[in-house]
Amino acid sequence: MRIPCPFCGERDLHEFTPRGEVTGARPDPSAADAEAQFFTYVYLRDNPAGPNREHWYHGSACRRWLVVDRDTRTHEIIAVAFADPSIGGAA
Amino acid sequence: MSRLATGGRVDRGAPVRFTFDGKAYTGFKGDTLAAALLANDVTLVGRSFKYHRPRGILTAGPEEPNALVELRTGARREPNTRATTIELYDGLEAASQNHIGSLKFDLMSVNSLFSPLFVGGFYYKTFMWPAALWEKLYEPVIRRAAGLGRAAGVPDPDTYDKAHAFCDVLVIGAGPAGLAAAKAAAKSGARVILAEDDFELGGRLLSERQTIDGAPAADWIRATEAELAACGVRVMLRTQIFGAYDGGVFGAVERVSDHLAAPGPHQPRQRMWKIVAKRTVLCAGAVERQLVFGGNDTPGVMLAGAVRTYLNRYGVAPGKRAAVFTAGDDGWKTAIDLAAAGVTLVAVVDPRTDVPAELVAAAQAAGARVMLGAVVSDARGGQALKRIDVTRADGEMTAFAVDLLAVSGGWNPQVALATHLGGKPTWSDEIHSFLPGKPPPGMSVAGAAAGAFALADCLAYGSLAGTEAAVGLGFKAAPFSTLVACPDTWASAPLWKVKSARTKAFVDQQHDVTDKDVILAAQEGYKSVEHLKRYTTLGMATDQGKTSNLNGHALMAEITGRSMTETGTTMSRPPHLPVAMGVLAGSHRGEHFRPMRKVAGHQWAADNGAVFVDAGQWKRPQWFNAPGETDWLVSVVREVKATRTAVGVCDVSTLGKIDVQGPDAAAFLDRLYINGFAKVAVGKCRYGLMLREDGLAYDDGTAARLAEDHFLVSTTTANAARVMQNMEYARQVLWPELDVQIVSVTEQWSQYAVAGPKSRELLERLFGGAVDVSDAALPYMGVTEGTFAGSPFRLFRLSFSGELAYELAVPARFGDAALKAIMAAGQGLGVTPYGTEALGVMRIEKGHVGGAELNGTTTATDLGLGRMQSKTKDYIGKVLSARPGLTDPERPAFVGFKPVAPGVRLRAGAHFVALGADGVAANDEGYMTSVAYSPTLGCWIGLGLLKRGPARIGERVRAYDPLRGEDIEVEVCAPVFVDPEGARLHG
Repeated sequence: MRIPCPFCGERDLHEFTPRGEVTGARPDPSAADAEAQFFTYVYLRDNPAGPNREHWYHGSACRRWLVVDRDTRTHEIIAVAFADPSIGGAA
Repeated sequence: MSRLATGGRVDRGAPVRFTFDGKAYTGFKGDTLAAALLANDVTLVGRSFKYHRPRGILTAGPEEPNALVELRTGARREPNTRATTIELYDGLEAASQNHIGSLKFDLMSVNSLFSPLFVGGFYYKTFMWPAALWEKLYEPVIRRAAGLGRAAGVPDPDTYDKAHAFCDVLVIGAGPAGLAAAKAAAKSGARVILAEDDFELGGRLLSERQTIDGAPAADWIRATEAELAACGVRVMLRTQIFGAYDGGVFGAVERVSDHLAAPGPHQPRQRMWKIVAKRTVLCAGAVERQLVFGGNDTPGVMLAGAVRTYLNRYGVAPGKRAAVFTAGDDGWKTAIDLAAAGVTLVAVVDPRTDVPAELVAAAQAAGARVMLGAVVSDARGGQALKRIDVTRADGEMTAFAVDLLAVSGGWNPQVALATHLGGKPTWSDEIHSFLPGKPPPGMSVAGAAAGAFALADCLAYGSLAGTEAAVGLGFKAAPFSTLVACPDTWASAPLWKVKSARTKAFVDQQHDVTDKDVILAAQEGYKSVEHLKRYTTLGMATDQGKTSNLNGHALMAEITGRSMTETGTTMSRPPHLPVAMGVLAGSHRGEHFRPMRKVAGHQWAADNGAVFVDAGQWKRPQWFNAPGETDWLVSVVREVKATRTAVGVCDVSTLGKIDVQGPDAAAFLDRLYINGFAKVAVGKCRYGLMLREDGLAYDDGTAARLAEDHFLVSTTTANAARVMQNMEYARQVLWPELDVQIVSVTEQWSQYAVAGPKSRELLERLFGGAVDVSDAALPYMGVTEGTFAGSPFRLFRLSFSGELAYELAVPARFGDAALKAIMAAGQGLGVTPYGTEALGVMRIEKGHVGGAELNGTTTATDLGLGRMQSKTKDYIGKVLSARPGLTDPERPAFVGFKPVAPGVRLRAGAHFVALGADGVAANDEGYMTSVAYSPTLGCWIGLGLLKRGPARIGERVRAYDPLRGEDIEVEVCAPVFVDPEGARLHG
């Protein structure tokens, strides 16, 4: 598998570490139902058969966290962007 | 000798000597072992897997099911090597395999008499009971009787390499389609790799007497080879593409030295390639189907296309009196070529009646009896073919005396590489075989692999596919001229099984699966092709059923009355051809199994008796053997005592070091650690614990504040990379608004713990008064920076041992010198280097948590660190650490243990049960995590997690270890065994 890193270019799978599905933003710990929100945030995943938005870490190179849209059935990489919204330049 | 006087591509001026089963023979340069054996009239080359039937050479390529030999001797002996692909080299030694006694008088051929026992599924039926006998009796006996070659049994003396290659267009297979594709793509400007399994370019062209543009095909191959070279095409011969992977990645094995007696100096035997291609043109050709009739495995029965290969490529006649049995036009070519080579052509048998007249005329002109609407029902002769029985549709039978029968059931496109990523092959009623279906993205299929068998089509579609691949990448198509190929006819009729057979008819020759096994599988309900495969082992041998699968699947379709589309074919997975484990491992064996990381002081430690232990990839001194010491415990006890009474030195460079800088550095650490860092003063360190977001503890360490906006974080050795990854996640994903930068400096700094009551004296000597190491200048948990003797340094007042202690860090390039300077400064003070064992003993004596306690199941409270959890700020894991299950007061919590009877050894892993309670899981109250012999206390001590532990200090429980058969009464105590007040740390 090859992932086009927006910073480094297309690189081999082995340079990356997957974290799994992109969850929503980290919940507000002061919310009244914080525990329930954190439970969802930490444990609940959609695990779709098809396009899935995932976090991958380019640990062997630029150390950027990436948002990778990947089809779980075909491993097709649909889109890659930096996870940090303050950095532009999506692939 | 069956070598023809002329013809073929072998070099008759270059004889090559070799032995088979100890007997000496001669072949020519350019021969395969199979060709050379046939040239020497050796037709019996092996025994079959299950019935030990005599077997010969069926094919002329990598699909060979029968002619498997042990190649080479001694440490280089390689079993199950296909004689049809072994390039002959001088001194080659090969031996037949899978027989007891000689090849001709195999004692195990008695298996054939018991064949009713060995029907499909016999493993599951015959040896079911009693189960205890399976491992002891059945399996060893079966493995001995039914098997293949023997492994060398000693370490492989050869080396294997790994390499990567990148290209615009990868062309797989260098037959007519592949050569045309590579040329078209390269001429358009694409970077092309052409990979060919054979040792020559040309594919089927090498085996046929075909013409291109009116000249022999060999001329065109030579001209194309020159054009490819001129375009810079990378031609990889002896390279098999064994797997297609996601994203245009292909696995390939290049047989660098297999055609030599032994690899040359510094040459690998094989090289594994990972080829990354933007586009791929699959031109893998086709494999001929055998026909299923009685005795179709008799040596002398050979695929018709292979017969042409031996005649035309190797100049070898595989027989003297031949017949052809074909269900398609292509087989008739073999009849014509046999006659042209001077072999007596006895008969041509075709079940069809509508055979082109020119083929019939050509065969008759060669003197053959043409029998249309007829089949070969049985081949007889045992170890060598003697007779065939030909049965006509009306039942009349004619026998012919022959020593060679060329058979052709049609050709199967080699679709495997187009289906490795899940694509489904589609059935074609035109060629009676499967076509590639929808290949993976970026791949196109051309030539025989796409079912276009005629040479003109191979050339045209190859050129087209090569051009399209280049154009798809933005290159401009180069013009190509249409080549004129000699005409070709390819019609065939499906013939899956000859019904009149009287003797055993094999579907899968390598696994001895007969037509009856397929019928039995259907009767017993194993009708899916995947079930058929597993029940009968059809297609599960080393050849993966390349000559047999389709016959078996079509037979099943016929039996069950389903179409081939409904029946389908089995899933194809990499590797497409056998791959040696050695080449997959490459150089990653022995000490090179994984990267090895050494600290700057490694050599000093090695020179001073260090015994190393793996800590992740790092090598760390475990202890140091002083002269005369042979028992590790003696060494460790000495190291601990020296540290606690004088001064010890430990290399702690492997601990993770992460540099954190920026205006929000303190705020950032506040969100990572359970305790606060905003208020840590510059020049001070603080111990911190990190949780996962699920509330469980995962790493601990210290953070030193070097400036308002600058921290240095330490992690455990094991978690260094993971903590870095999670900190990056926190910085980039969770809180990108924080202005903070981080970088790992683990490898940039060497760090040494100098611990013990004389540590300050050692450092005073080291610095000669240039650095103030007094308690006033550098109190406990303080840090200072400076430059000394030309080297920057950081000096921390940290203690893991519980003694007065410092940690000195210098840039790694000064690490070795600094270690030597520390040891020199300690001369006369009793300075002693200590390793990870002594470090561990002292950490247990001090009750610090380590990896055994930070095991992914413990909370901060479990570890006795609950009071560190800040109530005033948010941090990772805060919310979920408050879940009821994680705050249950009944949870096992961190305490110390001492054996009640002195001198008794404790064991980590022992479970705690109340005194008098049964040692069963229901009574489990926790477990021992860490134990050590404490030289300070003179007894074994332990740390562990015990239900309500801190409330039970003074109580006695059992440390029960049924695995080791131990049951020890222990007393629960506070986890800090030495200096619980911490008096030694200060002052």
